[in-house]
This record gives sequence, structure tokens and C-alpha cells, in this order.
Amino acid sequence: MLIDCPHCGPRDLAEFSYQGDATRTRPDLASTDTKAWLDYVYHRPNPAGRHREFWQHAGGCRAHLVVERDTLTHEIFTVSFARKTSGGDAA
Amino acid sequence: MSPRRSTSGGLIDRTRTVRFTFDGENLSGHAGDTLASALLANGVSLMGRSFKYHRPRGVFSAGVDEPNALVTLLRGGVREPNIPATQIEIYDGLRAESQNRFPSLAWDLGAVNQLGGRLIGAGFYYKTFMGPVIGPLKGTRFWMMCEHFIRRAAGLGRADYEADPSRYERVNAFCDVLVVGGGIAGLMAAEAAAKAGKRVILAEQEPVTGGFARWSGETNEGKQAHEWASNLTARLASLDNVRLLTRTAVWGYYDGNTLAALERVHDHVARTPKGHPRQRHWTIRATDVVLATGALERPIVFPGNDRPGVMLAGAARRYAAEFGILPGNRTIFFTNNDSAYEAAATIKRAGGHVAAIVDVRARISSAASELATAAGVSPLTGHAIVGTKCGKTLSRVFVQAYDAASGTLSGDARPLECDSLAVSGGWQPVLHLASQAGAKPVWDEEKQAFLPPEPTQRWAGAGAFLGTFGTVDALGSGRDAGLKCAGKRPSRGKLPEIAPEPLDLTPAPVLEIRGKGKAFVDFQHDVIADDVRLAHREGFVSVEHLKRYTTLGMATDQGKTSNVPGLAIMAAARGITIPEAGTTRFRPPYSPVAIGAMAAERYGDLKPERYTPIHDWHVDHGAEMTPAGLWHRPLVYAAAGETVEQAYIREAAAVRRSVGIVDVSTLGKIAVKGPDAATFLDRVYTNTFSTLKVGKARYGLMLREDGIAFDDGTTWRLGETDFLMTTTTANAGAVMQHLEYCLDILWPELKVHLTSVTDQWAGAAIAGPKARAVLERCVTGTRVDNETLPFMGIVHGEIEGAPVMICRLSFSGELAYEVYCAAGYGTLIWEALMEAGEPFDITPYGMEALGALRIEKGHVTGAEIDGRTTARDLYLDWMLSKKKPFIGSGLMDRPALIDKNRLRLVGVISLDGQKLGGGAHLVERGTPDEPGESIGHVTAFCYSPALQKYIGLALVRGGKARHGTRAYLSDPLRKRFGQVEIVSHHLFDPDGERMHG
Ligand SMILES: [Zn+2]
Repeated sequence: MLIDCPHCGPRDLAEFSYQGDATRTRPDLASTDTKAWLDYVYHRPNPAGRHREFWQHAGGCRAHLVVERDTLTHEIFTVSFARKTSGGDAA
Repeated sequence: MSPRRSTSGGLIDRTRTVRFTFDGENLSGHAGDTLASALLANGVSLMGRSFKYHRPRGVFSAGVDEPNALVTLLRGGVREPNIPATQIEIYDGLRAESQNRFPSLAWDLGAVNQLGGRLIGAGFYYKTFMGPVIGPLKGTRFWMMCEHFIRRAAGLGRADYEADPSRYERVNAFCDVLVVGGGIAGLMAAEAAAKAGKRVILAEQEPVTGGFARWSGETNEGKQAHEWASNLTARLASLDNVRLLTRTAVWGYYDGNTLAALERVHDHVARTPKGHPRQRHWTIRATDVVLATGALERPIVFPGNDRPGVMLAGAARRYAAEFGILPGNRTIFFTNNDSAYEAAATIKRAGGHVAAIVDVRARISSAASELATAAGVSPLTGHAIVGTKCGKTLSRVFVQAYDAASGTLSGDARPLECDSLAVSGGWQPVLHLASQAGAKPVWDEEKQAFLPPEPTQRWAGAGAFLGTFGTVDALGSGRDAGLKCAGKRPSRGKLPEIAPEPLDLTPAPVLEIRGKGKAFVDFQHDVIADDVRLAHREGFVSVEHLKRYTTLGMATDQGKTSNVPGLAIMAAARGITIPEAGTTRFRPPYSPVAIGAMAAERYGDLKPERYTPIHDWHVDHGAEMTPAGLWHRPLVYAAAGETVEQAYIREAAAVRRSVGIVDVSTLGKIAVKGPDAATFLDRVYTNTFSTLKVGKARYGLMLREDGIAFDDGTTWRLGETDFLMTTTTANAGAVMQHLEYCLDILWPELKVHLTSVTDQWAGAAIAGPKARAVLERCVTGTRVDNETLPFMGIVHGEIEGAPVMICRLSFSGELAYEVYCAAGYGTLIWEALMEAGEPFDITPYGMEALGALRIEKGHVTGAEIDGRTTARDLYLDWMLSKKKPFIGSGLMDRPALIDKNRLRLVGVISLDGQKLGGGAHLVERGTPDEPGESIGHVTAFCYSPALQKYIGLALVRGGKARHGTRAYLSDPLRKRFGQVEIVSHHLFDPDGERMHG
């Protein structure tokens, strides 16, 4: 798999760390809703097909990216910074 | 001359003799021989014993598809098992052994498995693993009993216990066009793409390119085909934009047109030259790929089809044409297609005798008839072979009239004398890589073969891969594939002229002749046709179930010869067509790859190592170094004659008595800066940092989102918006990544910047009652008294003119300081501290003493923060702030995480004066042989110089509630059983008077 890092360009999978499902929403920091926390921490849809994931360019610029890809074919549709301000700051 | 070698012909170098041994016997061959061809030349037809039944087996193929002739190579004292003899180039001094036989190849005790007949039938392993559901042999116990015997009898070669001394390397490569396969089609594709200016890599698994041209006997443009191929290869090699890789098998096709290949760089010579790798692992990214992987011949399944002396017709042809070897004195051919006729004519030309050609078809083409005439026989059409007879070698076969349309036999079986039988069941394109790339092969009823579908990635097929057999098609489709990859249209240009005209290789749809006796489908895994039908009867009808139930196609050859016949038999049993029965998806690797080649430089001498800035000093002063992750840290500084235990006891005692010094440069260090730094730390730590005063440090604990403890360390507030976080050595990377995740994804609004500064700082901890006195003697620019530098205080000063930052904190429980300086000053500062400590007999100490000191104090490390414990389990509840949320606070109070019976931290004291053991279980009652139920386990242990006892930390059910009770340490691995007392984990100086003093 080649991930096209918006900072660094297309790089090999070996440079990236998988950082989890990007479709989850973390409960508010102060939330005491246990069910919401359990959903966030443990429940994963694990779709066969199009999916959004976090990948960190750990062996490069270290930015976290949102990678939209097909889990069956590994085809990558979009890659963007997880932290929207990150690109702006760097530029 | 040797019995089987023809007097002339072939591509071997008859002027060069190569000597080797097989099962200890001295033999010789010629340069250019494979081990298989050289053994055949020496009259060796028995090359191995089969996997399950230990049936005698000879070589069956001439290439990568070999299922039978697997041998063990002995190189420089190392055994490498399961290498096909057809893939081994012989060299002087080569030593090979046959496998799966006991005590010898010719006389094998395991062959009695054959008498047991159905004892090891299909599903044997499956059923045994599951075990009977009821009765005395219920469950896995029966399996465990059998396992010992099965392991000896079944299995292939034995692996070695020694470390592999070979060097391997990994290479990444990029190209516009990767051509897989160096036959005619591949060479043409490479030339066309290269001429269009593309960067081309051509990979060929054999030592020499040319493929079929090497034994076809054809002429291309009036030249011998193999010469024509080698001329074209030479032209390609001279081009700057072409890289030729021979002995290189492309074994994996992954997404993004990434392919994996293994180059056998020096397997064909006795000794790998110094500094060279034995094998090289290639990761190749190609814009376009040409699959010119050719086709493999299929066997026909009939009773006794596995005897030594039975081989594929194409293999017999190749041995004759390329190696000058005759398959036997009297050869019979058995076929469902025309290609065997070419093989028969080749054998005859090479000086062999063709005794018969048995063809299941009632009628044959005129081209086939002419070839039969050239071979000196009139073909026995409408017949099939229904059995074989074998003494030491094949002695006869039995033929019977056969109707291909109905699949019925008629009349009597009659014997035909022969000593070799060459079989052809038609040809199957090698679709493995295309299948790996995601494409599903398509069955072609007319050609009776699976053909490549539309590509799912950027590849183009060429040659026999497409199911179009013959050199003319290979030339044209190869050139077009190369042009296509170069973005050009197919060419109408003239192609080299080929003679003679290629045959139509369409076979009759016959892949099995049913009769009495074992008819083998998968030779390597000993799967017979009846096993496939048994699987069908027992309901394992889907291809994937069939594979797992019978192990068909799951041997090291990955069913290269067995796949299609196996499917055909299942389809017939179910009364459906082959495509309805399905095809299995091929998985990498196409051919076996040594694990060493994948690990390459990540293993052994070439793996990265981390040294602290003070490393050399430690080594020069007698430290025994020990790995801690990638780091090297001093274990002990043993004096002459001291054991490790004596040394750490001396070192730890010196810390408690006077003063010691330890290198803490390996601790993870992260600079956390920015206006929101304090807020950020409040969220990631369980305790509060926003209230920390500048110039002070605080011990902090992090949890994971699920409420389990993650890491601990001290964080120092150097300025209002400037913190230095320390982490455990082991978790430095994980903590950094966790913090980055939090900032990038959870709280992007926080203005915080993180920098890993682990390598920028060197650190030394000075611990012991005299620690302050040592600092007073060398630190300038600041006072270090209790008022200026209280517990958890930070000061800045200088030692020997170099700036230092000193924090008073303690891991040992003594009065202690951590002194940090820029990494480059590490040794300077260390030596200055040593000198200042001289009057107090300052003692450098290593990991063992560090461990003993922290165990005495009950301080936790990764042994206790083990990914299962909570803050409460470790009695760190006081660190869980109730005033603010933090990572993990949402789930840390789940019922299961606050259960009273969780494993919680305690101290243990050995009552019998013997050592404890890490990982040993604690039980309430029992005997050494029958220990009772575990109530927990020891996480760390040492001899405590302060308490003069063997002590440890443990996680036990109920924790504190057990203080003052007794239990037994049960450690069967170390044959240790003894009584212990469970106490508070604060084993020494529980009130912390020493470090506050
Ligand atoms: Zn990047």
C-alpha cells in the first residue's frame, strides 16, 4: 500500500502506523456515559469495503492522516490531515 | 559414461565435471546440471519418501512444480530442508540428503503406513486434532498421545537447531515495467518496453533465461531457439534501462503493484563470498507488470501414478533436450493431448526408446501422428493406463480400452513393459500472481484450463500464461504486452520465423482414470482421488473446505500440479462443472521463501542498537551490558571474581550506605511546550499538572482509554508553558505516539508542541545518603541544600563549566538527584560526579541494583504496569484526580476493574531463604507436584541487602487483604516450591524518611 502523505508525498506502508477507526466519535472529555465510552473504545464496524482510518506517518513527518480506503482491495481514495490546522501551520 | 546420459546434446558443459554427494554416496554431474538431472544421470530414480504413506518417489517434474524430490542441503554445518532437487544447481562439494525416511531411503520402516491403508486417510489430522467427542479418548488428550509418533513419521525434512549463519539482504526497487518470467514472451515484452524507453526489470526464476526455448528444439529465425533467446538476453543486458535478475522468483503480488521477489544470489556456489548475501529479498514497485509466467503441465490421476519412474511428459522432454538425459530404457507416454507426442519424438531423437504412446482420445491430429512416427511407434488411441507395477523401479504398466466421452473402461487390462512412464494431462497457465493480485481465474471449457481474467491491477499477460501455447503466440503476445505497458498499440511488425509449426495443445477432458489402487492427486501431501470423494461424502464440498480437510494443495508446492485434477474430481463427485466447483485463491508465496530472507538485516548483527552518551565509560569500567529494547544498559559492574548477584548486592548496599550513580539517559524525554501545555498534561495524566509550580517536578500516571494503566514518569515544569516529560525506557515511543494522537485527533484546538528529546539529554541519577555531598563538591552556579533544592525541586547550574539541570527525585527511596546535561557532555559530567564522589566511595550501579532498590521500595515498572493492571491494582488510587476528567477516567470505574478480587500489588518475602522467580505462581496450598489454584504471580524479585532476605513484588488476588498471610511459590519450570509471606509492597522504609531527609 502506498499512502500519499500531504506533507511528504507517496510513501510505503512501512513508514506508517495504523491508528484506528476514524469514524468513531469520542464522547466529551467530561462525559460519564459509560455506554458511550464503551462504544468508543470497543465497538468497531469492521466494514468490508470503503472505510476511514487514521494512519500516522510515524517514519516521516509524524502527522496523523485520515485515509479513506477500500479494506478489500486496499485502494486509497483520499488522504488528508487529521488535524485540519496542521497543513496550514506547516505552510 | 553414466547409464542415463546421452552421448551428446543438451546445454550442459560436458567438459566440466562436478562432484557431489547424495546420502553420503559420491556422485558426479556436469556444470549446468540440477541435482535432479545429475541424480537421474547417475541412475538414481528413488529420491524421496512420501509424506504420509512413505511411498518411494522419484523426480516428477523438471522445475519449480516438483512435488516429490525434496531434499535437505547441508551447507557449512547448516541443514536446509525441503528444497526441490529440480531447483538446485550442483556445485563441487554439494551435499544433499533424502528426507522422510528411516533408517534409509531404500528400506523405510514408515512404509508400513501403507499397510495400515485407511489408517491415515483424509481428515486424519483434522479428526485427530478435534479428538473423539465422547469416550475414553475424548478431546485433545488423544491427540497429544499420538502427536509424538506422528511428528516422527509425518512431516518433511527436519529443520536445524543451529542459528542460520547466512547473510540476507533486502532491496527496494522501482521500475516502469516489471516482466515476470524470462521465457520467449517475457524477453519480447522486456525488449518492446525497453525500446520505448521504459525502465524495465526482468525476473527469471531459473539460472538462465529462455524458458521453453531451452528445450523446445525449435529454430527461431534459423537459429537454435535457445541461442536466439540468449542473444536477445545479451542485447537486453547491454541496455542501461534494463535490469536482468536471474535465479529470482517473484513470489508475491500485492496491492499498489508491489511485488516481492527472492533472488538466490549465491545458492549455486559452495561458499558465499565474504560480504555478499546468500539470498536477496526484493520489494519491487512497478507501474506496470507483464505476467509471462508460462504454464505447468498437469498429471493424469490413475492408480499407481506416483511410482518412481513416472514423470511429466514435458519434464522428460526437458531432461532429454536440456540435460541430455533419457528417462529410461523403455519409455511409455500417457496423454490426453498432443504435447506428449513432441516429447516422445524428442526422446527418440536423443537416442531413447519409446515403447508406446497411450492416448485417451479415439482420434488424434495428423501432426501428432507424424510425431508418433518420428518417435517410432503407432499410438494406442482410445486407451488408458489403469495400473503400474514397481519393484525397485517401474517395471510395467497396465492398459485398457477407454472411452473418453463416457469415461468407461472396457476389455481386459494388459501389461506393457517399460521402466519409465511420461504423463501429460494438459497444461495449466501459471495464474498464481494474477490470483494474488485479486483476479479470479476463468474456466475455459474448450481449453480445459483456467485462464486469466481481466486484470484487477496494472498488469498485462503474455505467452502461455494466456492459455495460448506455442512460440508464435509467445512472440506476438510478449511484444504486445511490452508495448501496452509502454502505452503503445499492438505492433503489426514481422515476428521471427519459427520452425516447426506449434501444435494445438487442447486436451481431452480427462484428468482421472478410475480403477483399483491409490491414485494420487497431491503427491507431496499424499492426497489420493478417494480422499477427495471422501471429503465430498462427509460434506466438505467447497474448495476451501476440501483443501483444509484433505490438505490438498497445501504442501510446499502449493498444489502446482494437483489443483486442477483435484477440482475436476470434486466436480465429478458433485455432478457439477469445474467452474461451479470453484477455484481456490492462491496466496503468497508462489515458491518457498527462507524466513531469514524476509528478516534480513532486521536480525542479528545488523539490527539497530542504541548507546547512551556514557556507554564507553561503562564498558571501560567493567560493566556487563544488557539489552533493554534497542538500548544497551549496564547490568552490573562486577569486580573480579564477583557473580552478578554478588555485584548487584554490593552496588545496592552501597547506595543505601553511602552513594551510588546510575546512567538514566535511556528514559524517554518529551518536551511539551505551548500555552495549553498544562491543560494538555491534565488531560493525559490522571493527576493534576496545571497546579505544579515552575521549578518543580511531579510523578505522573497515564491510563489508556479503557482505564488500564499505561505509563508513569516524572514531568518537570521548567517554565510557565514549558514542561519536560519523562517516560519509562520501554514506552518512550508509545507515549510519544499517544500524545501526538491526542493532539492531532482528540484536541486539535490545544496549542501544544511536542518534541522527542530523549537523545538530546544525558542523565545520571545520584542516590544515597551522601548524594547531596557529592553535588556540593562539583556543582557551581546554584546551591543544592534542602531549601534551594527541596524534594521534587529543580535547579540549574554547572558542572565543570557545562550547564546542568538537577531535579531531586528518587526511584531508589534514598536522597537522590537526577542530573541532566546536553548529550555531548554526558561523560564529562559523569566523570566529574565520580570524582566528586570519591571521598564517599561512590559506586556506579546497573540495572540489577536499580531493580533491587525499587523492589525494596515497591515502586512499579513495566513488570507491574503490564497492560492488565489498573491504578487501583497498583495502589496508585491517590493519583486519580476527582476534580477533572482525564484519559481513562470514563471507563476506569467499570465493575470488573474495581472488583475486590482483582490481582493487586503486594510484597512477598521468601521464608525458606531461597530465591523467588519472576513469573512464578503463588498458591495457597498444595505440593510441588500438585500445586493448588494460583492466586497470583511474582512480577519481580531480588535479594534485598537492606532486609537481608529474598524478596519480590507480586500481583495477587485481593492484594492488601492478604498482608500477613502465607502462600507457596510454585515454579515447576525452575523446580522450585517454597513458602513465602505476603506483605505490603512498601518493603523498606515505608514512610519515605530517607528520601525526604
Ligand atoms: Zn508525512
